[in-house]
Amino acid sequence: MSEYLLDLNKATIRFGGLTAVSALSLKIRPGELIGLIGPNGAGKTTAFNLITGVYQTTDGEISFCGKSIKGVRPHDLTKAGIARTFQNIRLFGSLSVFDNVRAATQLHRAHGIRNALWRGASFRTGEKEVEKRVMELLEIFDLGKLRNEDAKSLPYGDQRRLEIVRALATNPKLLLLDEPAAGMNPTEKEALMRLIQFIKDKFKIAIMLVEHDMKVVMGICQRIYVLEYGIKIAEGPPDEIQKNPKVIAAYLGTEG
Amino acid sequence: MPSILNAQPSTAPASGAKRWLIAGIALAVVVSYFSAQFNRYYLGIAIDCGINIILAVSLNLINGHTGQFSLGHAGFMAVGGYTAAKFTLVFEAMVPEPLKPLLFLVALVLGGLIAALTGLGVGVPSLRLKGDYLAIVTLGFGEIIRVIAQNTEAVGAASGLKGIPKYTTLGWTFAVAAVTIYAVTALVNSTYGRGFIAVSDDEVAASSMGINPVRYKVTAFVTGAFFAGVAGGLYAHHKQFLSPTGFDFLKSIDIVVMVILGGMGRTAGVIAAAILLTIMPEVLRQFAEYRMIIYSLLIIVLMMARPQGLFTFGGRKKGAAQV
Repeated sequence: MSEYLLDLNKATIRFGGLTAVSALSLKIRPGELIGLIGPNGAGKTTAFNLITGVYQTTDGEISFCGKSIKGVRPHDLTKAGIARTFQNIRLFGSLSVFDNVRAATQLHRAHGIRNALWRGASFRTGEKEVEKRVMELLEIFDLGKLRNEDAKSLPYGDQRRLEIVRALATNPKLLLLDEPAAGMNPTEKEALMRLIQFIKDKFKIAIMLVEHDMKVVMGICQRIYVLEYGIKIAEGPPDEIQKNPKVIAAYLGTEG
Repeated sequence: MPSILNAQPSTAPASGAKRWLIAGIALAVVVSYFSAQFNRYYLGIAIDCGINIILAVSLNLINGHTGQFSLGHAGFMAVGGYTAAKFTLVFEAMVPEPLKPLLFLVALVLGGLIAALTGLGVGVPSLRLKGDYLAIVTLGFGEIIRVIAQNTEAVGAASGLKGIPKYTTLGWTFAVAAVTIYAVTALVNSTYGRGFIAVSDDEVAASSMGINPVRYKVTAFVTGAFFAGVAGGLYAHHKQFLSPTGFDFLKSIDIVVMVILGGMGRTAGVIAAAILLTIMPEVLRQFAEYRMIIYSLLIIVLMMARPQGLFTFGGRKKGAAQV
């Protein structure tokens, strides 16, 4: 097994004539916190969708834990340890806060249809364990009191947090956050940065962040990849990226 | 039965649910024992109510909880009904009188299984698609079943299957209804079952939470088809006559209306709607030819007044920490 948790080797995807992501090579080690940035339409979310199995690569190779993910369906990738949040929050609207997280734990408590119908002793202890774990997770993120609320009725920041908690409930090795700071004010962004750092330390998992907001990414990421028009134009630690003329040009435009 | 009334689902969720099921079946058996003294007209309506409850509650698993739109419930009912009726007609003479209930039970389960198998055949290809495709496929399926029944001599073709023994009693009907309600409620109120609602809310998010949407949709569809098949068996041995026209598109619509009127995904509401929509046409008999107009108008008015469903108790939203 390679030392990398996630390994993109010249991953490419074309939609008809448009190459949305072109020969992207990107590596994440276990426990690393990396950022993927770039201007609008650079292909960041598409790269995410490649990693989570929503799209398949046209060319190149992606492997997770040393195994190729070609043809693996999204729910199986989640079982293998990739969890994600969405740019536009996608909570289960008709479920409570508690049940949103509970639904995500189901892959670790796969008691199946037979047990759910028969409700024997092992089912009940299993359900108790799930309930305990969900409550623990909710308490860690200060959502315990809101457990009976409808997920959609929560304030925006809490919804974002709940979506992260829900992703954590799947016991991931790699957590992908798709623009978690979108629509947040500066104070909320500060809190989010602390939260991401906290998750990394507490759960010891690798985190990959797609973000627009430079301040958030620069503040917490160990390494940063920069995409423009589907092509990787830079990679390295934050201070290097900040000085990279190509990156500055991509974000601010060039003179003349 | 004070112990049942005091049963607190919050302290003993799993065993409590099973206790309710046993109580329901026991009650059905007791009522069945006295049912010989009931007015036959009312008894017939009560059995109709029970059959419609089974149909509506099982369709609610597909259309309500899992968010798919099936219009094929009458088709599954037909498959189960014809299978069960044919089975009892063939084996009736060979089985001694005391074993007749067993014969009936086997016929009902067989009808359910064949309907479930048919459901698997219809569901696996069509549930991979998103959106309204399922409605169209199941609509076509229902018509195919009806036409097959209409042209198969072995099941009476267009003139219908006659002489089916009268095995269905109030007890049988309500025992099966209790099992159906239990099964759907127990399924949905488990960590596993939250997957049905998750799929209904957001398929993409569900699959990135490790839930296989196709698998869940097929499970709901096949389970629903099974109970529709059993309901068909009860119906066959209640009316003692099966006609292909009884399982047309309108019958499927009737069941869908019960689910929508009761409130998608709300079992208690759907049960109440099934009873209401069974009794209403009977009560309206006095208005003779205006009956169906009044019936349709009432549905429109009810839907306008309560678009979220007639009854909002027993909702699924606050199904918080406990089962």
